[in-house]
Amino acid sequence: MSQATDSEAVREDGVIESVSGPVVTATDLGAKMNDVVYVGDEGLMGEVIEIEGNLSTIQVYEETSAVAPGEPVENTGEPLSVDLGPGMLDTIYDGVQRPLDVLQEKMDSAFLDRGVDAPGIDLEKTWEFQPEVEVGDEVEPGDVVGVVEETVTIDHKVMVPPGYDGGEVTAIEAGNFTVEEPVAELDSGEEIQMRQEWPVRRPRPSADKQTPTTPLVSGQRILDGLFPLAKGGTAAIPGPFGSGKTVTQQSLAKFSDADIVVYIGCGERGNEMTEVIDDFPELPDPQTGNALMARTCLIANTSNMPVAARESCVYTGITIAEFYRDMGYDVALMADSTSRWAEAMREISSRLEEMPGEEGYPAYLAARLSQFYERAGYFENINGTEGSISVIGAVSPPGGDFSEPVTQNTLRIVKTFWALDADLAERRHFPAINWNESYSLYQDQLDPWYRENVAEDYPEVRQWAVDTLDEEGELQEIVQLVGKDALPPDQQLTLEVARYLREAWLQQNAFIEVDQYCPPEKTYGILTAIKHFNDEAFEALDAGVPVEEIQNIDAAPQLNRIATTEDEEAEEFTDELEADITEQLRELY
Amino acid sequence: MKEYQTITEISGPLVFAEVDEDIGYDEIVEIETPSGDIKRGQILESSSGLVAIQVFEGTEGIDTNSSVRFMGETMKMPVTEDLLGRVLDGSGNPIDGGPDIVPDERRDIVGAAINPYAREYPEEFIQTGISGIDGMNTLVRGQKLPIFSASGLPHNDLALQIARQATVPEEDEGEDEDGGSEFAVVFGAMGITAEEANEFMDDFERTGALERSVVFMNLADDPAVERTVTPRLALTTAEYLAFDKGYHVLVILTDMTNYCEALREIGAAREEVPGRRGYPGYMYTDLAQLYERAGRLKGVEGSITQIPILTMPGDDDTHPIPDLTGYITEGQIMMDRDLESQGLKPPINVLPSLSRLMDDGIGEGLTRADHGGVSDQLYAAYAEGQDLRDLVNIVGREALSERDNKYLDFADQFESEFIDQGFDTNRDIDETLNIGWDLLSTLPKTELNRVDEELIEKYYQEDAEAVEA
Ligand SMILES: Nc1ncnc2c1ncn2[C@@H]1O[C@H](COP(=O)(O)OP(=O)(O)OP(=O)(O)O)[C@@H](O)[C@H]1O
Ligand SMILES: [Mg+2]
Repeated sequence: MSQATDSEAVREDGVIESVSGPVVTATDLGAKMNDVVYVGDEGLMGEVIEIEGNLSTIQVYEETSAVAPGEPVENTGEPLSVDLGPGMLDTIYDGVQRPLDVLQEKMDSAFLDRGVDAPGIDLEKTWEFQPEVEVGDEVEPGDVVGVVEETVTIDHKVMVPPGYDGGEVTAIEAGNFTVEEPVAELDSGEEIQMRQEWPVRRPRPSADKQTPTTPLVSGQRILDGLFPLAKGGTAAIPGPFGSGKTVTQQSLAKFSDADIVVYIGCGERGNEMTEVIDDFPELPDPQTGNALMARTCLIANTSNMPVAARESCVYTGITIAEFYRDMGYDVALMADSTSRWAEAMREISSRLEEMPGEEGYPAYLAARLSQFYERAGYFENINGTEGSISVIGAVSPPGGDFSEPVTQNTLRIVKTFWALDADLAERRHFPAINWNESYSLYQDQLDPWYRENVAEDYPEVRQWAVDTLDEEGELQEIVQLVGKDALPPDQQLTLEVARYLREAWLQQNAFIEVDQYCPPEKTYGILTAIKHFNDEAFEALDAGVPVEEIQNIDAAPQLNRIATTEDEEAEEFTDELEADITEQLRELY
Repeated sequence: MKEYQTITEISGPLVFAEVDEDIGYDEIVEIETPSGDIKRGQILESSSGLVAIQVFEGTEGIDTNSSVRFMGETMKMPVTEDLLGRVLDGSGNPIDGGPDIVPDERRDIVGAAINPYAREYPEEFIQTGISGIDGMNTLVRGQKLPIFSASGLPHNDLALQIARQATVPEEDEGEDEDGGSEFAVVFGAMGITAEEANEFMDDFERTGALERSVVFMNLADDPAVERTVTPRLALTTAEYLAFDKGYHVLVILTDMTNYCEALREIGAAREEVPGRRGYPGYMYTDLAQLYERAGRLKGVEGSITQIPILTMPGDDDTHPIPDLTGYITEGQIMMDRDLESQGLKPPINVLPSLSRLMDDGIGEGLTRADHGGVSDQLYAAYAEGQDLRDLVNIVGREALSERDNKYLDFADQFESEFIDQGFDTNRDIDETLNIGWDLLSTLPKTELNRVDEELIEKYYQEDAEAVEA
């Protein structure tokens, strides 16, 4: 959180009128909408969310127990903002960008106390600055004037802030600076520091939005194979409890080929954040081999943390994402779960006694969701570079019923839909993504990339898989009535092939090291091996071999073992397996 | 302390009073009725001049002449190690005739959130001795794992079996003289019947567990609103024992459904906009503030493991109470009415059950290298057998292939051998996994695609098919 208290803004003090949970009203505050205020004797942080005459309504980002009417409210006159600058990566924040490690130290406790503030980035630490422009160069807002090494993986670009006039550089020098010291001066009289402040509810400016044409490669077979997400795209992953939203989001955070990952734990479990904090510094980033944490920023408002900060945490996250996009990076942002954010809106709205819309959610739910997802995209930045933000939002529908407002309003916006299925999760088919219901509208625009980078016939082989799975779905309905043995042999064989598609290709265990990340080549390799079995098997069938004999060849179950074969050996293993399949089947006729 | 006789309205569990001083939100209030009864309550909303009070012990007997005293502090729980062995009511007052409690400290019952940065990820295997849990839905120290049950099912027997048998095996830290890694139990009862309460108390006394237990009792005929504080008192006590005194604490909360009903009652009295099925829109947050008070802390010896019990209204797991619980807890153990009527003890249905912390707590060096694979394979095979049961009702066994028939037999044996162990049998993890292999060995080897080939070589029993046939 940006230290709004330090600002020169004129303060006007108000007085608390009433307290009800996270909502406090105050009189005589003289505030603007969305001003940050400090509430009560303890100075709890809050934000003005409604003004009626002399009465301001405030949502408070900390617990309000024992806060009483009559206590003072201090207005900072500034909107809720984040501190942007080096030091955001390899950090875990709460919903209003207070670093959790700093809070632990300041509070000297494992529990979160209240009324303690901390800047979002370390104001004392110095960074080694390398200029990228010289004295005499013209710079405009957004332009990069130099870099610092933020982590081993990421060079942090120091940019002219968007609101500046810009002009000719009059002074710039290499050296060690804190984030608040000027690293360059312009003839306009403006000074450039590493630190920028930005109000979280306002998108940072960009020049243009473009159609995304590169996939965000996830290493998850069902995603890369059937329902790919584009860099700059949006995806929703709804599902009932325990169906795999968090595991999928974490897999994407670990393995997707983004430059930067912003992971927002919004109203979910404390232990899940701890798991990320523990694992990410140890796990290697598949792109660079460096620790994953070096490209990651975590934001945690767990379910027992104050609900108002849940409302703000997604904005904190996306603003940080935009800042790295401005530097020309591909950012992936995961929000787990957007339903908790929507519920926080609902809770605050009902305390304000606003007119409820569908299922008690405020009427502006749809608008807020689309404003948020609109901040994703493949952008041309104001400095001419290209950067992207991909947003993947988990949705937690009550009772697992997708017809509820948050799921429905989200589906109206996002272009990729990964539908989790309780039934698949129960039988431990993971990822429990239902292949009939899910879709990706990016497929066509990404196909050229797949043809060029993976295999020329990738889209055709994929289509074969989709058709086979569709056919299986239809046949299963018949099987439910008459049993499998009553089907003609060719249909029995289709069922067998589809079973391999499900078990050897779609299933992927996030807890088995060799299996948790699958490069696109291997995803394609497994698929073509199954297709090879399919083609050979149907030839054998045509030649009169009974279907049982085809099913019983030793080689076929080995298809299930490709996924757990080390990536380097997978190709050889697959080639041999295909040869075995051919040989064993041809022996039968 | 100033006394007011300014009550303006009484509505359900709520009392509204005028005040001329500033009263803090959440603070404790005492109301004295004309007949001299003292009832406690809490500030739900405070504005200058007027407060809304939620009365724990029910509003019967309160009238506009009752006097109201504001205690100037939020609700506290007196904590001390001496609470072990004591039985308290749902508001924390001793009801066992024992000595007064001399607190070490008085703690706010609304616990502060644990900083995720300070948590230690839970991964120590707890052996409950129950195959359906240890083998398939492993519990670890610091986990919150509820039992989803329904009226008339033996969830209490299961909870008691866990409380009796739970140990952390082979812990050679040289702890206390006896029992090494036994748990202290904090038991919070909300609205259960006297009969159920006796069931628990008798078992605690019989097994000597009472000595290392703290019991909070809010019974069915106790005030409903009190139920909103009982679990908070219990968890505050648990936190003190675990994080200040180094105990490994097992918290059993029953029945969370009664807790949620109390929340709904208060919400309705406040005329709030209700969420799904009349429960408050903030019920998720409220429940999270209880369930998240489990876990481990870095550099601290103790732990809190939570086993909340809830009865699903209408056996429906999409009902808001189990649904919101499942979204917060780290899995669930599902009790099943059909299995119960088949006589299975415990009637655990493993398919909809889940332990999310299992993966980090099992495997080589923790339980056994084959644990993950065996569990996955048992799940897949049992699920397949279940599907075939539906089919066999329609087409008959003869219409099924040999393979399908094996899966049908597997499902039956899984229930009778693996799950139905009885409430008094305590199996160690080796025994559980070995039974798993007995069952898997009835299937053709090539079907075992979830287990490593080396482990199949090691554990698969080649002749098992013949034995079963
Ligand atoms: N790809 C996977 N591989 C193996 N196991 C998985 C996979 N995905 C999910 N699981 C299993 O499912 C469990 C639940 O997954 P997860 O925690 O992601 O659910 P969720 O949808 O986030 O639930 P909630 O809404 O309650 O947070 C995991 O603990 C794990 O056991
Ligand atoms: Mg989750």
